[in-house]
Amino acid sequence: MRHPDFLWRNPSPKSAYDVVIVGGGGHGLATAYYLARNHGITNVAILEKGWLAGGNMARNTTIIRSNYLWDESAAIYEHSLKLWEGLSAELDYDLMFSQRGVLNLAHNLPDVREGRRRASANQQNGIDAEWLDADEVKKFCPILNTSPHVRYPVLGATLQRRAGIAKHDHVAWGYARAADALGVDLIQGCEVTGFEIDGGRVTAVRTSQGRIAAGTVALAAAGHTSVLADKAGIRLPLQSHPLQALVSELLDPVLDCVVMSGAVHVYVSQAHKGELVMGAGIDAYNSYGQRGSFNVIERQMGAALELFPIFSRVRVVRTWAGIVDVAPDASPIIGPTPVEGLYINAGWGTGGFKATPGSGWVYADTIANQRAHPLAEPFSLDRFTTGALIDEHGAAAVAH
Amino acid sequence: MLLIRCPFCGPRDETEFHYGGQAEIAYPADPSALTDEEWAGYVYLRDNPRGWFHERWTHSAGCRTWFNVRRHTVTHEIAQ
Ligand SMILES: Cc1cc2nc3c(=O)[nH]c(=O)nc-3n(C[C@H](O)[C@H](O)[C@H](O)COP(=O)(O)OP(=O)(O)OC[C@H]3O[C@@H](n4cnc5c(N)ncnc54)[C@H](O)[C@@H]3O)c2cc1C
Ligand SMILES: [Zn+2]
Repeated sequence: MRHPDFLWRNPSPKSAYDVVIVGGGGHGLATAYYLARNHGITNVAILEKGWLAGGNMARNTTIIRSNYLWDESAAIYEHSLKLWEGLSAELDYDLMFSQRGVLNLAHNLPDVREGRRRASANQQNGIDAEWLDADEVKKFCPILNTSPHVRYPVLGATLQRRAGIAKHDHVAWGYARAADALGVDLIQGCEVTGFEIDGGRVTAVRTSQGRIAAGTVALAAAGHTSVLADKAGIRLPLQSHPLQALVSELLDPVLDCVVMSGAVHVYVSQAHKGELVMGAGIDAYNSYGQRGSFNVIERQMGAALELFPIFSRVRVVRTWAGIVDVAPDASPIIGPTPVEGLYINAGWGTGGFKATPGSGWVYADTIANQRAHPLAEPFSLDRFTTGALIDEHGAAAVAH
Repeated sequence: MLLIRCPFCGPRDETEFHYGGQAEIAYPADPSALTDEEWAGYVYLRDNPRGWFHERWTHSAGCRTWFNVRRHTVTHEIAQ
């Protein structure tokens, strides 16, 4: 049997690039693609310490939505969702992007008020959002237990119909193939171990494959951003935590939407192949260990079974964790740093998969024009000094 | 799952505790003298090392005391 064609070359690094991107996850790949496609900047390398998209890009539960509360977040996530809507065609790769609708359940009065408020804020930002009462929730997702006799009854839900899921590996491979075709070097097994900084300006990175000079260095290292920034003498308001997920054995189609509950701490969807994909919030402690504690899984399974009694005999086949970088306001940090020529795109925490196209787009524009893209401006590092935080804990704690 | 040693109750399951983040963050001695940058540092900046970390835990389902632990953020080993 013939090996299928490789989707990208596997070049050795050159001694210098205009732009070096650190981290070959979704955000690094999308950034490289848009640098080449939107700005004609093709002398670009992505340096990935492991294999391409083996970090959170391989570990996330692929939920895509844009129903965040504040204008700044709504703008950047909706920009991303609009890109998703044309992305399979643009990359000529079936990303299995499925706008099947995402429900965010409310189980108590504060949840109801918060949900209605968010739906209304979304509508005013031109984002599709609806408030469903418990009967409408039942109609939309019949296998959901909406009985009033459970510990935390479902009182209603927000629904974003344009939200949904995609196939994460295909997204990574689609961007990688397209970036490679435009001349970007994707370099795997290349760990960045330090920076050369001359008169306040970054001039090169040190790597496990030697020194590589760079006009601009763009961090896209997700959970490991603090470790890298530390090597450039920058302290960031980020904490790294495990975020776990799990899949069941393969089932016939049983669930055709995404259901999330911040109050009882679980969310679930059914992937195209048939497995149920479930997750919850982060493990509370700091970690780089890519694993979490069993009690977090036990708790989310309890919640899942109360919401979906028919899952009671489904078997779990695999659990895992990724390391997510969380900022104090649960919003990302995008833009320049105190070191000239060194840019940061981090803090996407538990919810950056959905942002992959939008984040790559605005980060590429930021790098190309050496100033924050207008959509990225509110997400600058100095918001922690000015106090202009963008608090999305309501939209981004258990919901990813 | 972590097995955490409470100084009063001994080794107990992680589920009995709550996490408090980095240890030894002192309240500023002269708060009104701080610049905005210094306040941001006090409120928002914490170490995030890959390796040994000095952190706070509270035995919330037990004696409710706060105490410090040295834990490795890759192996999760707790120093005795
Ligand atoms: C269990 C789980 C579920 C999630 N579910 C969702 C979801 O449903 N919806 C959603 O929107 N988001 C979700 N997320 C979040 C999402 O996965 C992340 O926000 C996003 O993937 C981060 O961007 P990335 O793809 O670039 O990160 P990554 O894929 O982690 O890429 C970062 C890369 O940097 C590399 N790197 C690190 N240090 C170095 C170095 N020194 N040198 C070279 N390379 C380096 C890493 O190896 C890694 O490949 C989830 C995350 C997890 C863990
Ligand atoms: Zn105790």
